[in-house]
Amino acid sequence: MKNVLILGATSDMAQAIAKKYAAEGWSLTLAALEKELLEPIAGDLQVRNEIAVQTLEFDATDFSNHRKLYESLSTKPDVVIAAFGYMSDQDEVRNDLEDIKRTIDINFTGMASVLSVVAEDFEQRGSGAIAAISSVAGDRGRQSNYIYGSAKAGLSAFLSGLRNRLAPKGIHVMTVKPGFARTKMTENLELPAALTASPEQIADAVFQGLEKKRSVVYTLWMWRFIMLIIKHIPEPIFKKMKM
Amino acid sequence: MRKISDWGNYPVIEAEVSGFDTTAQLRAQLEQPGDVIAFGNGRSYGDASLQNRILLTRRFNKFLSFNDETGELCCQAGVLLSEILDVFVQRGWFLPVTPGTKQITVGGAIAADVHGKNHHVDGSMGHHIITMDVMRNDGTVVTCSPTENAEFFNVTVGGMGLSGIILNATFRLRKVDTAYIREETVRASNLDEIMDAFEASNDWTYSVAWIDCLAKGDRMGRSILMRGEHATTSDLVQQMHKEAPLSPKQGMQLGIPINFPDFALNPLSMKAFNFAYYNKTRPGTHQQIINYNSFFYPLDAIDNWNRIYGKRGFTQYQFVIPKEAGREGMRTILKRITDSGLGSFLAVLKLFGEQDSFMSFPMAGYTLALDFPISLKAMDLFKELDAMVADYGGRLYLAKDSRMDAAMFEKTYPNADEFRQAIALLNEGATKFSSLQSQRIGITS
Repeated sequence: MKNVLILGATSDMAQAIAKKYAAEGWSLTLAALEKELLEPIAGDLQVRNEIAVQTLEFDATDFSNHRKLYESLSTKPDVVIAAFGYMSDQDEVRNDLEDIKRTIDINFTGMASVLSVVAEDFEQRGSGAIAAISSVAGDRGRQSNYIYGSAKAGLSAFLSGLRNRLAPKGIHVMTVKPGFARTKMTENLELPAALTASPEQIADAVFQGLEKKRSVVYTLWMWRFIMLIIKHIPEPIFKKMKM
Repeated sequence: MRKISDWGNYPVIEAEVSGFDTTAQLRAQLEQPGDVIAFGNGRSYGDASLQNRILLTRRFNKFLSFNDETGELCCQAGVLLSEILDVFVQRGWFLPVTPGTKQITVGGAIAADVHGKNHHVDGSMGHHIITMDVMRNDGTVVTCSPTENAEFFNVTVGGMGLSGIILNATFRLRKVDTAYIREETVRASNLDEIMDAFEASNDWTYSVAWIDCLAKGDRMGRSILMRGEHATTSDLVQQMHKEAPLSPKQGMQLGIPINFPDFALNPLSMKAFNFAYYNKTRPGTHQQIINYNSFFYPLDAIDNWNRIYGKRGFTQYQFVIPKEAGREGMRTILKRITDSGLGSFLAVLKLFGEQDSFMSFPMAGYTLALDFPISLKAMDLFKELDAMVADYGGRLYLAKDSRMDAAMFEKTYPNADEFRQAIALLNEGATKFSSLQSQRIGITS
């Protein structure tokens, strides 16, 4: 039985991804900051699928502990999905250095730290696949969320490099850019239905993307083109736009 | 704030909307004073789950335990019936009661005390609840069952979410051999024939009829009765079914991507549809083996079918009248509907069995459900129909309703007064469970 390790397993997206893998008959290791939130999620997957589910506490910002934590796993994963992230309301905290640091620590440094440990193990074993949830916000810095966006831009660059390094060794690295998603972060917002993916759609895109070894996945195809246009607006015009 | 509506897209309101993953999160949200109501999967038709502040239950959707000896399932209230079927049919279990859509939450099924095609045999959803936990407005959790905190249980089953937020429920699934239904269809050419057919079908576990409300005169009430039993393995004939008796092939999922323009549904297009459906069935009685989705959930195969009614929205008028009044009453009411020409795209007729519960909709008698696009003419017609339904001793289904007035509710629900007092008592405090519907029909202020 193949095993998937999901980091940040309490988010709506991660829960949908876990359900997808469980339904496909994989065993699961779920890791998240709040272990008490993981128990009902793990119990649910066990009732639904009669599979083995392990849980562990994982703090993305406790960098020095990442190696020890990964080495402690009794089952080494075949696939690792990094789905943790942090986004605050930038209008409220754009001058709050603590929040800026937290945004970068979780979305970039935490990802780079833990995925480096995973990459090393996969490299030694000569197999494995990694998917990480980045964001369309990283494709171009916009005034409404450039702090989060820049951390995600860093992550996207990190993943691109890691993919480049590991591809010759048969290890696949996939970048996921969900666009708008109907999750708890957005449940009180009106989102354009055609541009908004459900957690289940994202989960399917992640699973299928890894099966097909895709490099960068926009869960809804329009986002690739929307971001292509946004990226190519000349800076003199872009800086006057409200985005 | 965002725009939100239930299945009928009428009314559409702006509301403050939030969900919860844990009881602690829910408790924290209930500390905020004011009116609030739970919202499951938005499949009630009107305003029963609408309020200025709405608590989404869909994220609270974990399976907690399952006993594969007894079939006892315990799950959180945000679990959809479709999720239960996806997990358990392949293991040989089926829902004890299911309405005509599986896209509803367990909490919604209890709050509306939903019924299915087996009501005359197995009663409504509430009859199958062994125990449940409900969070009160002060954040305390009440465990209740027909024997434990029975009064609270009785105002929660069919209580439309006004006693509290249902957290989880335990109920027993039904053992099945296959995912298929042995279905028999009977074509009836008028109302008398279909009622005879119903009364002769009491031994069948499932029965329901599709009735053509546009047929007039001698043909009024022409319909197709569908009755069914869970197929046993020896009932199966096709090789494909025999090889995987519990894993039916998923049919094609169709979708309605946008709201249809208002003119798409008119008497002619509806007549054409009803006629096509009727003529698909040849006269007499026919048997076939079909998968459970086709038997129970024909409309779930079309995503967002509510959009065919366009932006103005629609409502479903579902009433029940006692069996004694059945033949005469149904003829009079049906005639008024067919004469109006506002007739509906889908009309469902069913004979209920006995029902003994505090607030629930069913009673021993005939129920008819019809869709109507929202219009002033339709609203006037409903007023007339209300008076007839009340005269015959019947009532309307709260899960479908978006427009009944307080007087109608008062007249037709015998425990209305007691229910109002019980809810007022439970709602003491700063946070109140109250929906636009409960305010409209005078249960809450």
